[in-house]
Amino acid sequence: MSKNAIMAGLVVFVAMALLPFWYNIGGSSAAPEPELSEKAKAAQKCVLDKYDMRANHMSLLDEWRDSVVRDADRLYESTNGKTFQMSLSTGEESCLGCHTDKEKFCDKCHTYASVDPYCWECHTTPKEINQ
Amino acid sequence: MNQKYMVPLAGVLLLFLLAYAGVEGAGMQWFFGIIVPYVAVIAFVGGFVRRVMGWAASAVPFRIPTTCGQQKSLPWIKQNCIDNPDKASGVFMRMVLEIFLFRSLFRNTKAAFNRNEKNKLTYSWEIFLWVGALAFHYSFLVVIIRHLRFFLEPVPSCLKFLEFFDGIVQLGLPGLFISGAVLLLAALFLLARRIFDAKVSYISLAADYFPLFLIIGIAASGIAMRYFTKVDIIGIKSFTMGLVTFHPVIPDGVGGLFYAHIFMVSALFAYFPVSKLMHMGGIFLSPTRNMANNNRAKRHVNPWNYAVDIHTYEQYEDHFREKMIDAGLPVDKKE
Ligand code: HEC
Ligand code: HEC
Ligand code: HEC
Ligand code: HEM
Repeated sequence: MSKNAIMAGLVVFVAMALLPFWYNIGGSSAAPEPELSEKAKAAQKCVLDKYDMRANHMSLLDEWRDSVVRDADRLYESTNGKTFQMSLSTGEESCLGCHTDKEKFCDKCHTYASVDPYCWECHTTPKEINQ
Repeated sequence: MNQKYMVPLAGVLLLFLLAYAGVEGAGMQWFFGIIVPYVAVIAFVGGFVRRVMGWAASAVPFRIPTTCGQQKSLPWIKQNCIDNPDKASGVFMRMVLEIFLFRSLFRNTKAAFNRNEKNKLTYSWEIFLWVGALAFHYSFLVVIIRHLRFFLEPVPSCLKFLEFFDGIVQLGLPGLFISGAVLLLAALFLLARRIFDAKVSYISLAADYFPLFLIIGIAASGIAMRYFTKVDIIGIKSFTMGLVTFHPVIPDGVGGLFYAHIFMVSALFAYFPVSKLMHMGGIFLSPTRNMANNNRAKRHVNPWNYAVDIHTYEQYEDHFREKMIDAGLPVDKKE
């Protein structure tokens, strides 16, 4: 009797340990490709280098937020020589000013990586306002 | 300084440097990112199953539950159904509480001499090991479950729920996950206990320090990646998804620190089945907890018992009847 219980436990353990191998069968696992808007394409360059943006844009936003809210300093000088009016979603030089379609850009990555920035509880995307 | 922890510490540093240098210097991403993780998964699952099968095959000749309360007795004596269970339901409760709340560790005591002339040995309740162990195990569990976001697509909503509560302090960007910080601090506390408490230090071996250093190394490198050096999470998820769908790819631009992280993780998993970490499976099979104390109420036959050739009194009398009658001894059957 107890041997059967041990075997049942082992089967459950192996199924749990190998969860990622059977959970994804049949699904698509391709990494998302965020779509650049026409505006971004025209600008050609982001605030920082591409890899830096991919890995580090949350820290950049944190820096921007602190700089604007705490120090009332809205100008950001990038390492690539351009200056930006620091903002998440207001104005042409904000993240969403360039990456105009949040769903096709930010959200594509965020859904894949299971992050849900709470910013949009207060900030709005310009697209939502127009509608 | 003590070689019992210097050797494991050096070992973990070596593992870290091996992967870091192997990737940054020799470009061996395929080795540390693909071959080693697959080998580690096979070693972990295979080794774990083998170990448990070995335990399942060993005989358990008698019931040896540790009893910590009143046994079932006369109807007017109150039984402690959980600490001295006589039924499967009590054993189940006892196991659940042991596994989820580490109840036997909660009773941990320490022995020390009084610091006065009497110098008497006294035992006192020591709760911090329990607190540290609970913090460590739960944060480890939460970190592992959260890591499933790299391995599952689409990510199930229960993971988002967990991430929400783990990140509820909303400190900084990317937001602080409480479990990661608690894991590192608790592992450091458990290490400090082994190093600075003379009595514990005396009984600690390299095999006790090695997993601690390894876990501290994993947690520290993970925290460094998330909050300080930064990595391309999308690239990493395409890499981990490649591993679990058997189409491995190496992401661009991901540096040595990430490979050092997963190399140490692989080492931990491969080492798991041959180490004390097997208490994860062993806890379910601990005979002092998982048996009902019904030795007196039920007959438990030793599984090793073989059929013994017996010689009954009737056979004895048949054998010696004449001699017994001759000697004038009483017999049951007189011919
Ligand atoms: C001036 C327009 C502009 C602004 C403002 C801008 N970006 Fe970009 N962004 C771009 C362009 C152009 C690219 C593509 C860069 C490349 O491919 O080298 C890009 C790339 C990115 C990427 C990498 C996408 C990928 O496919 O890997 C991220 C992430 C990103 N931006 C986030 C942000 C965030 C967050 C902000 C606000 C802090 C921001 N961007 C502001 C133009 C902009
Ligand atoms: C509780 C509401 C709230 C939340 C949530 C919130 N913000 Fe803000 N944020 C504000 C307010 C108010 C300002 C000040 C606006 C100003 O002065 O222009 C601001 C300003 C900013 C600014 C600079 C000014 C601008 O126009 O954007 C940035 C950048 C910013 N927030 C980023 C973020 C990010 C990133 C998040 C999510 C991680 C976030 N905020 C979440 C309320 C919020
Ligand atoms: C290349 C994919 C990608 C794109 C495009 C992208 N992000 Fe992200 N973002 C991520 C990843 C991955 C994380 C989580 C990082 C982690 O968990 O360490 C993240 C995290 C964040 C966070 C921090 C969330 C938290 O709670 O920790 C904010 C804020 C954020 N992104 C804003 C944006 C905005 C705004 C845009 C669009 C302009 C954007 N991101 C576009 C991949 C992307
Ligand atoms: C092969 C398996 C693993 C992979 C691919 C992996 C990958 C990663 C990555 C990419 C990060 C950065 C996360 C971010 O920036 O959001 C990270 C963080 C972290 N990792 Fe791992 N990891 C693995 C296993 C583990 C294990 C087993 C542990 C447990 C000890 C662990 C502990 C941590 C910790 C504590 C962090 C810090 C951030 C957090 O709290 O989530 N990792 N890991």
